[in-house]
Amino acid sequence: MSYPTTISGWGRFPVTKTRESRIRSAGDARAALDKPGNVLARGLGRSYGDASLSPAILSTLSLNRMLAFNEKTGLLRCEAGVSLDEILDVFVPRGWFLPVTPGTRFVTIGGAIASDVHGKNHHVSGSFCDHVSSLKLMTADGRVKSCSPRKNTALFRATCGGNGLTGIILEASVRLIPVETAFIRQTAIKAANLDELTAQFTIHKAATYSVAWIDCLAKGDVMGRGILFAGEHAEMNEVKTKNPLILKPDRMIPVPFSFPAFTLNPLTVRLFNNSYFNLAARKPGPSLVNYRSFFYPLDKVANWNRIYGSRGFVQYQFVLPESAGVEGLKRILKKIVVAGTGSFLAVLKQFGKGNANILSFPMAGWTLALDFPAKPAVFQLLSKLDAEISEMGGRIYLTKDSRMSAETFRKGYGEKLNAFMKTKGETDPDNRFASLQSKRLEITP
Amino acid sequence: MKWLLILGATSDIAKACAHRFAAEGFSLVLAARKPDELDRDVKDLQIRYDIDVKTVPFDVLDMEQHREFFQSLNPMPDGVLCAIGTMAENEAAISDPKKLKPIIDTNFTGPAAILTLAAEAFRKRGSGFIIGISSVAGNRGRGTNYPYGSAKAGFTAFLSGLRNRLNQSNVRVITILPGFVRTKMTEDMDLPAKLTAEPDKVAADIFKGWKKGTSVIYTKGIWWLIMLVIQHIPEFIFKRMKL
Repeated sequence: MSYPTTISGWGRFPVTKTRESRIRSAGDARAALDKPGNVLARGLGRSYGDASLSPAILSTLSLNRMLAFNEKTGLLRCEAGVSLDEILDVFVPRGWFLPVTPGTRFVTIGGAIASDVHGKNHHVSGSFCDHVSSLKLMTADGRVKSCSPRKNTALFRATCGGNGLTGIILEASVRLIPVETAFIRQTAIKAANLDELTAQFTIHKAATYSVAWIDCLAKGDVMGRGILFAGEHAEMNEVKTKNPLILKPDRMIPVPFSFPAFTLNPLTVRLFNNSYFNLAARKPGPSLVNYRSFFYPLDKVANWNRIYGSRGFVQYQFVLPESAGVEGLKRILKKIVVAGTGSFLAVLKQFGKGNANILSFPMAGWTLALDFPAKPAVFQLLSKLDAEISEMGGRIYLTKDSRMSAETFRKGYGEKLNAFMKTKGETDPDNRFASLQSKRLEITP
Repeated sequence: MKWLLILGATSDIAKACAHRFAAEGFSLVLAARKPDELDRDVKDLQIRYDIDVKTVPFDVLDMEQHREFFQSLNPMPDGVLCAIGTMAENEAAISDPKKLKPIIDTNFTGPAAILTLAAEAFRKRGSGFIIGISSVAGNRGRGTNYPYGSAKAGFTAFLSGLRNRLNQSNVRVITILPGFVRTKMTEDMDLPAKLTAEPDKVAADIFKGWKKGTSVIYTKGIWWLIMLVIQHIPEFIFKRMKL
């Protein structure tokens, strides 16, 4: 039971034809596995590159039931296709929030686990899978295995951050965190250059949430000028609305068509950045913002990925180990700024310690995320950056990648990769689960 | 508390409607041939909307039992939504009357029978609403799927007549005419993306029409225009067309 369709990641590059079937139950998933060939489970397709692309995909969007919720502990058991958006809609009004959230709420639980996503609280809360107490995975033989940090540990560690390559995630139990309001007390701090900005992270290291935006057009002495946003969940007495847990529905701004390729040119970007930075600088001190504007500013613009035009874009996120220091970060940023190939904003964050999940991206150090239009000059630049990042012991985030080489991947993930390949070989000897990315990175043949 | 009875509750459109009406505070009675298939959906609806949800076994083809089924509902629902339908063996039925009968009964005779009972009960009570999900396939018979289409044509006419008869009573009848919908029923068909609705969209349209008091709802809305054109093609041309 499947139909042909054309899919891409959120970056709209690359694009591929596939056959999609929808799974509504474990039985459907098993039936899909009975047919030969590569398959991959897929949720909302918000990974940017080719991590969720495969010749046959199993959409989990109809596998989206909430199965149990413990009002005392906040433990939610649900099927893999439930989105973070749905969880927020249901549970914020009852005083619960996601333990970790990426920059979009339009990802499924299955996707959040497969990418082991991180958020602005990585330095205190780790990544998403650190809050997953157990999950159910259908492996290539059609059996459903219950996995947790204690049970089927190797499979759990390979599945968290494993991009769907170990099987089909059917269900998971996630621990939500209690909140008093739907608001965040945000402090925005302007910094004139990279040294100042990184110093601000140190000053605000106790903040629950912290992230910075860097103006990539600023060069020389002001390179790395940016704004650090620090945030805390606001308490009840800070919020004046009648019910501090309820937000008005978001009005979405549509981008109805792909912008022409010249829309984002150095001039328009410069105008945007200057006005943005001046705006943020005008209101110093803390302010109350609702959780949607704090965590998901881009979700307000439906299909914002279309502003890069029909050729699509690539996201590039790397992390450098602490040993590389701010100097290492400066080296890479300088190359990006000098090349001037497009990314007008970069997102900077200081990660805390990584976890035991094998292909999980975060490790202690600086991480920077940028986007670029998908064009040859950009690919050349990124290959050069890959080499420097590998040399410093850093790595690239698989969920955003569409172009790194197998070599860069192997260097970045190092010996951990052997552990992944071992589990993959044991549970999926025929490499049923594969993506365009896993082939490119030579994880699967 | 308002209760909505959903017949054929395992269908994708029914499930989407269950969510939409539950979000509005309706409690639900989900009727299906195999109600235990709905266990996960019941939990989901309870967790999300904090409402009462019950399941009951119901076989639309077992028409002898319909009266007892409807009388056993306690309380009597405020409204009923019928999402029962099948395209199974639709092609085989073109040449085999044995296979034609279940298609006609599942899509038309059975739904008409149970809705007749609901209509009578609602009319006596003096309140209620009936939402019947038919299909644009019933607007004109096509060579490739007229077994299904003719049954839906019957169902559409039934709903239209029922609406006409109950016009003076406080019972509303709403006909839903979906075009292509991405569901289990159409999973193997290559549907044109622009004309194909997701079940959520169908449910949203149904709910909007129910709120507004619309009698006939095409979903997606563009199907109103498409069917207007198709219905006006002269028969001497239509009969030669491959649709």
